[in-house]
Amino acid sequence: MECQECHQRPATLHFTQVVNGQKNEIYVCEVCAKEKGYMSYPTDGYSLHDLLTGLFNLDSAGVSSSHQKAFQDVQELECPTCNMTFSEFKRIGKFGCADCYETFAAELDPIFRRVHSGNTVHQGKIPKRQGSNLHVKKQLEQYKAQLQSLIEQEAFEKAAEVRDKIKELQKIADSTDKEAGDDA
Amino acid sequence: MTLQRFMDDAISPWMREDAQDSDIVISSRIRLARNFADAVFPVIADSSELEKIREFFQKEYAHQSFETYDDFEFVSIRDLTAVEKLVLVEKHLISPLLARKPESAAALISQNEQVSIMVNEEDHIRIQLYYPGFQLTKALEKAFALDDWLEEKINYAYDEKRGYLTACPTNVGTGMRASVMMHLPALAMTKQMNQMIPAINQLGLVVRGIYGEGSESIGNLFQISNQITLGKSEGDIVADLQGVVKQLIEHERNARKYILKQSRENLEDRIFRSYGILKYSRIMESKEAARCLSNVRLGVDLNIIDTVSRNAMNELTVLIQPGFLQHYAKNTLSPKERDILRASLIRKRLGEED
Ligand SMILES: [Zn+2]
Ligand SMILES: [Zn+2]
Repeated sequence: MECQECHQRPATLHFTQVVNGQKNEIYVCEVCAKEKGYMSYPTDGYSLHDLLTGLFNLDSAGVSSSHQKAFQDVQELECPTCNMTFSEFKRIGKFGCADCYETFAAELDPIFRRVHSGNTVHQGKIPKRQGSNLHVKKQLEQYKAQLQSLIEQEAFEKAAEVRDKIKELQKIADSTDKEAGDDA
Repeated sequence: MTLQRFMDDAISPWMREDAQDSDIVISSRIRLARNFADAVFPVIADSSELEKIREFFQKEYAHQSFETYDDFEFVSIRDLTAVEKLVLVEKHLISPLLARKPESAAALISQNEQVSIMVNEEDHIRIQLYYPGFQLTKALEKAFALDDWLEEKINYAYDEKRGYLTACPTNVGTGMRASVMMHLPALAMTKQMNQMIPAINQLGLVVRGIYGEGSESIGNLFQISNQITLGKSEGDIVADLQGVVKQLIEHERNARKYILKQSRENLEDRIFRSYGILKYSRIMESKEAARCLSNVRLGVDLNIIDTVSRNAMNELTVLIQPGFLQHYAKNTLSPKERDILRASLIRKRLGEED
């Protein structure tokens, strides 16, 4: 089997990950495993510090020169809000402000995968006040999925109820969007 | 004079309540990391930016109340003496990191010492909440309520994809660290603890010994907490932790039964020897004290010793630390002086129990 990342080297490593609630089977070569942050935790005791200091050593031997070039460019990324550079971020292991997440976005998935067992997307709490739009959006998504499955089951009466709920919520979503627009 | 009371009582009021499984789980804690959306993180913020945040908290939350948490006490770290800082750290009311950050670091502490909101630690805000015994679900529920209360006035750094944005990549997402402190003497005696730690680690949980190096623990106290904060909801993280803690409780109970059955005399001898050392020693190092307290606590839990309360054990565990000793002495103490005072305080406290 070939590596699913580079499609060049043979896949010598196999990982099973539960990412954002979904099970993924991953077949990669050792080089890509290191590079993409698929390497799993050591099985014996480790500390947060070990994890952090090991966090950014992704540029090990075997990375091609073109990768090295790209790596250089990445180091020069700088957050416009707090002036944190990517190389400084790697050195201290801390973000400087909320906007750093946006600035370094393209580089963060491998790091998060490594620290959070393969996960890159938040699944938990939404702020009560700030996130009221998000709450509505999430609820809408749930209802829409529910509607779909009810239609497939031909449970049309129930589907109609859910459709009404969606219309109701959509009104709320549209009005808050408009308010936000008026604000700007 | 609330600060004085925080200083004088070794045992926090919330610890006195009896709770589920408190023979094995000493306390449950939820910690949430939060940041302001429009301020740079404390790691790189300059002093005027940090001071603005400290002042905001003082103005908005000092002496405010939320639900059962009456009259929050606002404590600025720069106003504390070295010993006062040490005592608050030993009581887990502030973190060692916060104590080391004099500039504009602060904490809001509830009167019953159950809630502490740290300001300008690694993140702008760290909400920390304790419950006695094994009560993680309750602690999470209350922590969420406190979080919502703060959010009424604060725009949090939050992103739909990444969740709560934190200074350290290890906290992003939920920003939550859930943990329990467990007393596991029988698992340690039967040498099962070291075998279990790797398996627990594989489930994305961390085991840390308290008062020891790494996963070694002198007083058989272990902290179990979640490693992962991204990609799993707070409820799921807590549920997974609870699952492991339940198993550990069961294993510990079985190991206690096994030791009682196999070698009751040896166990009783060990427990009463420790009790004797605590009751009659004149010089006591902290390691010896921690070891003996663990044995006596086990004796209390197994009804082998019925003249000492669990509260006395909790109190002594905090009391025998360097900060508290020096607070009692109203003086800085050499290690030798500390060992003498430690022995005398333990004798006195156990004398009250008889
Ligand atoms: Zn590859
Ligand atoms: Zn930044």
